[in-house]
Order: sequence, then C-alpha cells, then structure tokens
Amino acid sequence: MNAMTEGWLKIGRLHDVPRQGARVVRTAAGAIAVFRTHDDQVYALEDRCPHKGGPLSQGIVHGHRVACPLHDWRIDLESGQAVAPDVGCVARYPVRIIDGELWLQLNGAMLGGPTPAQGCRHD
Amino acid sequence: MGKPKLVVIGNGMAGMRTVEELLKLAPDLYDITVFGEEPHPNYNRILLSPVLTGEQTLDQIILNPLDWYAQHGIRLHTGDPVVHIDRARRVVVSRSGIEASYDRLLMATGSRPVRLPLPGAELAGVVCFRDIADVQAMVAAAREYRQAVVIGGGLLGLEAANGLRARGMQVTVVHLASWLMERQLDEPAARLLQRTLEERGIAFRLAAQTEALQAGESGRVCAVRLKGGEVLPAGLVVMAVGIRPNTQLAEAAGLHCNRGIVVDDTLQTVTDPRIYAVGECVSHRGVFYGLVAPLFEQAKVAANHLARFGIARYTGSITATKLKVTGVDLYSAGDFMGGEGCEEIVLRDAGRGVYKKLVLRQGRIVGACLYGDTLDGPWYFELMREGSDVTALRERLMFGRAHVGDAGHGDPRARVQQLPDSAEICGCNGVCKGTILAAIRDQKLFTLEEVRAHTKASASCGSCTGLVEALLAMAVGGDHSTAPSKKPLCPCTHYTHDEVRAAIRDQGLKSIPAVMRRLEWKTPDGCPKCRPALNYYLLAAWPGEYADDAQSRFINERAHGNIQKDGSFSVVPRIWGGVVSPRELRAIAAVAEKYQAAEVKITGGQRIDLFGIRKEDLPAVWRDLSAAGFVSGHAYGKALRTVKTCVGSRWCRFGTQDSTGLGIKLEQATWGSWMPHKFKMAVSGCPRNCAEATIKDFGVVCVDSGYELHVGGNGGIKVRVTDLLTHVKTEAEVIEHACAFIQLYREEAHYLERTAPWVERVGLAHIKARVVEDADSRRALYERFLQSQRHAQHDPWAERAQGGAAHEFAPLETVV
Repeated sequence: MNAMTEGWLKIGRLHDVPRQGARVVRTAAGAIAVFRTHDDQVYALEDRCPHKGGPLSQGIVHGHRVACPLHDWRIDLESGQAVAPDVGCVARYPVRIIDGELWLQLNGAMLGGPTPAQGCRHD
Repeated sequence: MGKPKLVVIGNGMAGMRTVEELLKLAPDLYDITVFGEEPHPNYNRILLSPVLTGEQTLDQIILNPLDWYAQHGIRLHTGDPVVHIDRARRVVVSRSGIEASYDRLLMATGSRPVRLPLPGAELAGVVCFRDIADVQAMVAAAREYRQAVVIGGGLLGLEAANGLRARGMQVTVVHLASWLMERQLDEPAARLLQRTLEERGIAFRLAAQTEALQAGESGRVCAVRLKGGEVLPAGLVVMAVGIRPNTQLAEAAGLHCNRGIVVDDTLQTVTDPRIYAVGECVSHRGVFYGLVAPLFEQAKVAANHLARFGIARYTGSITATKLKVTGVDLYSAGDFMGGEGCEEIVLRDAGRGVYKKLVLRQGRIVGACLYGDTLDGPWYFELMREGSDVTALRERLMFGRAHVGDAGHGDPRARVQQLPDSAEICGCNGVCKGTILAAIRDQKLFTLEEVRAHTKASASCGSCTGLVEALLAMAVGGDHSTAPSKKPLCPCTHYTHDEVRAAIRDQGLKSIPAVMRRLEWKTPDGCPKCRPALNYYLLAAWPGEYADDAQSRFINERAHGNIQKDGSFSVVPRIWGGVVSPRELRAIAAVAEKYQAAEVKITGGQRIDLFGIRKEDLPAVWRDLSAAGFVSGHAYGKALRTVKTCVGSRWCRFGTQDSTGLGIKLEQATWGSWMPHKFKMAVSGCPRNCAEATIKDFGVVCVDSGYELHVGGNGGIKVRVTDLLTHVKTEAEVIEHACAFIQLYREEAHYLERTAPWVERVGLAHIKARVVEDADSRRALYERFLQSQRHAQHDPWAERAQGGAAHEFAPLETVV
C-alpha cells in the first residue's frame, strides 16, 4: 500500500491498547502516547503535558480527552490543545487502524510547538 | 428548513445567563432573537449599588458587550420591549412594531419595583432603584439637591441611602417596620447596622409611615410628609419598598400566573409547553426568588431543556443575603429568627460591633444572621445546605472555620478584606488576591468553580476555599454563591454522592456503564472525577463480585506506585508496624542499588521510600521485594497506608501495653482494603503519645487499664485532633472497633472525603451509635469488613511481578 512507503510504521494492534487508556511508543525524539478512547478512536500525541511536562499517557482518558496525571490539565486528543481556560498544546502524530493494526507516521508531527510559550498555531 | 427560532423576552441577567448556558450545550441549535426594554446590553444589576456610590463605573458592570451578541449571531433589539405575544400564531410584537416568530419562547421579564400609591408619587424627582436610568437620575439629583428621603429600610433602600450619602446628600430613611431589614435581620443585628449607618450620617425614621409627597413651586417633589405630621424636606425621593414579578405580558398572553409566572421543575410554563420562564418573573413551587444565585440555577436547567437534553431539574434554592455597602458586613441566610423547636447560639460583642446568631434545629444549622464579621458566612451556609450535624462542632462553631487563613497565610484571623493585593491566597498554585479579584472583574466570574477554572485558586488542596469565597463575596456582592440546593457528584451528573451510592445498592447496579446508563450520565464515559468515585462505590458495594476497572483509577493506583514530577515512580514496601529486620534492610538496599534508585528516604510513616524507579522496572523491583517477603505498602492508594507505633511495653520504661504488637495486628487485619481516601493509623504505648495517634484517622492510646480509641484526626492540610470514640479493655476489642469504624467510613463517606470532614459532617454521635453503643451494629460492620477483606488482601505487587497487567508497564513499541 502506498501509505506504507511514506514513513508509516506498524506499532502494534488496537487491542494492545486498553480501551479508555494509552500505551507508549519510545522513539529517539522522545515518547509518543497512543490513546484509545471509549469508542475505539485512536490518537497519538507527544507524551508531554504543555504545563509541566507530565506524561499524558498515564492520565485518565475520558471522552476524547486525557487528564494529565500531574496537575489535572485536560488535553483534547483531537486537536492536542489544552482545554480552556488553560492554554497550550502538544504535537499530534497521524495514526491509522488498518485491519486491527496500528500504524503511526513518525515524521508527521502536526500543529504548534511543544512548549506553551510557543503557543499553538491554528490552521 | 432553517433552524428553530428562540425568542428571549428580557435582556437581563437571567435571560442572558440562560442563553450563555444554552450556547455552551448546543451552540448552533437555535436562531436567537433577544428583546430588551433598556437601551443597554446585558449588565450586572447587582453592581448598581457600587455604581451609585461611585466605586464602579457603568462600563465595568457590562456583562455581555454588543459584539458578544454579534459573535454568536444573536439579533438584539434594545430599548424595544415586547408588548404582545400571539400564542396561536407563535409571534411576539415589540413596541416599535417588530414581529418575531418563535418555536421556543423564553420569558425573563424580571420584576418591577413597587410604587406606593401615595399622593404625589408621580412627581418629578421620585424614583425607584432598579435600573441604570434610576441610578443616572439619582446621580444627577445628587449634584443639584442637598436632601434625599429613601422610603424603605430594606436591602435596596439602605444601599440607595448609602450611595446618596456617599455622593454628599443628607439622607433620611423612612421605614415602616420597627427595625431595619426585618426580612433578613433580627433586632439586635439591625440595631448595630443602624448605629453604623447613623455614624455615617444617615438619619432614620423607624415605625414610620409616609402619608404624602409634596410638590414645590417647580412641580418637582420638595418634601415628604409622614403620618403624625413631620415633614422631611427632599429634592429626591427614592421608593425602595420591594419588587413584584413582572407578569403583565404573561398574563395578557393567558399564561397562568400566581404572583409570578408559574413554572414546573423544568422551568417550562405550566400553560404552554413552548414557553419557558426564568428569573425574578417566575413562581416556582410557590416561591419567588429575588437574588441572583437561584436565577443562575434556573438558567442552567432551562438551558438544558432548551438544548433538548431534557434531564435537568430545578427543585428550589436556599438563599443567602449580603448587604453591598462598603465597610458594612452583614450576612443572613435561612430561618434566622428561630422560634418553636429551635435553639439559638448568640455571640454579641458590642465593642467590636460584632453580632453572630446561629439557629439550630435538631443539631443542624437552619439559619444564620451575622453582623460585623461575616467571613464565616459561606461556611455556615454550606453546613446548612448540606444539613451537616454540627453537634460535635458546637463549642467552636461561633469562632468560625478554624483553618480559614492558616495554610500559609499567617494570622488566621487576618480578614481577607484587609489583605494587600499581593497577598498569596492559594499556596498550592501561587495565586494572590489581586489576581483573583482581577479575574473575577475581567472575566465576569460568579462562582467558585469559575474562579477555580480561571485562576486555579483553591483548585488543588482546597484549604483556601473560604478565602476565595470571601473574595468573591467582596467583588460581586453577596449573591455570588450559586448555592445549589444539592451538590452533584461531578458535572457529568445531577445526582449527589449519596444518591449515586443508594442507586448502586438499591437498583443492583454492578458496572460503571450500568450506573451511567441508569442515572442518565451527561457524558459518554464520565470524567476523572466521577469514574474513580464510581469504581470505588461499586467495589465497596459488591466485594468479590465487581471487577475493578483499572482505567477508572488514577495512575498511582493503576501502576501501584507514586508518580513523581519527572514521570518516574516511587516504591514503598509495607513494613509492619515499622519493625524491620537486618535481612529485610539488606534486601531493600540490594533493590535500591540494582534498579538505581535515585534516592532512598525514610518516610514520615516509618517506612522506606525508593525514588526514581522507571515504570518498566516496577514489576522486577516487586519480584525482588516479594522474594524477600515484602508486600505493597499501598503508599499510593486510597487505602490503608501505615500503622505508626512506638516501642511500648516491649522496651519503653513508660509503656503500658504492647503498642508495637498491636499496631502490627491492626495492620495485618486492615491492609489491602480500598477506602474513600487514604487512611492512617497509629498506636501509642502510653499517654505521652509518641506515635502521634491523636492526629490519625484511627488512633489508639494505650493506658494502664486498656486502650483509648480515637477517630477522625488529620495532620495534613487542616490539622484536626481526633475525637475520643471509646475506651476498651482488650486487643480483640480494639481490632473489632477499628474494623467496624473503617467499614462505616467505607460505606458512608463520599469518595475523596477523609475521616476528619466525614466525622464533622455526620457527627460523632452517629458514629458512636453505630460503632460503640450498638454491639450488634458493630458486629455486623466488622463482619462486612472481614467479608470484603477476603477479596482485597491479595498483594498487587506479587500479582504483577508474576506478569499481571503487563501492558501497563511495557512500552507498546520502541523505535530506534
């Protein structure tokens, strides 16, 4: 498949990630959290809260959000943005489910810088 | 076909709050049109008083500027009230002739000031105190005339009098009753208030009735004549004798009105299902509310139904009043007069100008009337709203919430009003007074929850909640508290902790999705607040039957370690009673070296904490610790933590009993049980109390004749010394009482409620009745605890060392 040739990487199966939970993919550039929501949507985000760098993969996943385990910031999994009134965002990575397998595009980081100071760009 | 049309009659606080709530729930559902009588955008009517005194400007009290309406696509017609509703055609007509059709109509027409039908009432220079135009008229009159008479010595009248006095007028208040604010104050408090206002130069005529208003040569009012003949010169007369729901339009449209527009618990009018009504124009269960807090609750419920969620209910509010006169502190709530079947606790200090009265019925606060020192008003209000048993607090009750201000704020008596803007209010998040006040003003915040969301003040440990509430009261007046008559478990539900627990038990609900379905949760799978609570309640209700949901636990309980700020974990093995052998110490040392613990620390609970352990190493660390005989210390859990002991009669020359041995037995009986919050115990060998048993959840102090049992202590945020539960003679009795107490706590406390606030909420008498006085009840609690322990006492570390929950600890993939 064409998509496979463009930097997509097989990282595991959907059922390896607990529903309402997350697993971590370790990379040279840092950890990426792979989330699975109650309705089996999958999202991949940089595993670093924009507030104080907490590991988002360890938070409670609810709806399409995760609560950072350190200070309870809420991050929207679709946009990578902190939920208002908090401000900040984390990089997102494209992730796909094909035949129950999870594919991640490592070089596809989207949106905004990793630190709150840089803010987030909206497109 | 276009969107359904919503027409709002009334551009005031209740109407616009409903629209705001609606936009939050369903931003694009309706095409919205708003008609307002006044020529202004929506403003904060409560703050007209400080505008009158000159402390605030009109611009500062605007809640929604015109561009807010534009941004949300709302058509706004200001200065153009609706004069006719045609329910058959579903059309409203405004004074200027604009017609607007509706699918849903929201009436928020507010109230009208009562104008006494006195001779001369229609003269120029006679105003009410209701809207911006009234304030402008008063401000203009204050420039031209020297004397003013205010008719009515209630809340509004006194605020008007104070404002006019601040603008330099000589003011006399004429009041029909024999003391001021008789609907909110008893006579002693009213006398103190009167004295303060007299010192400011306001004169009073009490038990006095106005007979006529007299006109001067220009045709403007020039004097007020009282019954009895006295004539008070006046270039301005303010009538502030009360308000009446504005139901004219509703009545003309044939909607059933009884004082107000009659609505049901969904704020739907009883006459026409397409028409809703909120605010001061409403009569709900026969009650009419003139304060802002209930209006906001109504707004939430009406919005919920307009948004077609259809689940919210409004069941009425308890209200509290605070006078918005700078420098006058007055707070009243509930049944402050007392009477048959009530007790009164009164503190009167005329020298300091302080008067406090609490009215109690059957050990619970039903009313409060405070003058001169109102800092604790919100606390009393909370106790009243929750129906807390205050018997155990009684002797300290009048002196206020002891911890207000003591969490790093220096002098606990320092009044929040006197603090400089730079003073830190929230020590957890470093938020100072100035920041909070600025946020309240600039972001138009009204509730504690909003202040928490925007500033984080009191959002962590909560010990500064009282201070933040006081700031809120100071900034937006006494109507700040949203004061829901009951507090939902979290924003996902309307049900309280107790209601949720009862439903789980009585309806046999055995999973989180089952609870959410049956109780109509508003979110698909809850939030980080309700999921852990539900998981605990289910676990406590169905021991051995309910399958624990790891994804509904906070990371510490899911990973069985404490997450640290760098994402690593700490590991605390259980050290029974604090007694450890050299062989065990060597095993811990070996683990620390093998897994490169970054720091090894002795904890405050007589255990050893290994810091900086990588998450993926946890199962191996536990395997090594298990091999040496250790089990989890649950230092991360809402569970039994540690049992601190002194050496007691084994070594100490003062020891009366074997405190160490008893501590170990207690720990062995209770480890592994999940609780509403963390739970700490201690056993001291003599009354010197070296194990500090009197600040623990359950503390034992050994004495020569046996054992004193103490409960509900806390050494954390708010230090609380235990209450003495009872005295027993044998170790077996100690253990039975401890387990029964824990089980009662497990069954009755709210999730995340420590024993200290729980004991204060339900009262020590209740706990004694269940655990001490009734042996059968104690026995039954003890049996239920043992039953639950049979399923709880499995070491989670050993299970994971053998490969359980492996996905929790291993990365999904490692990419080089």
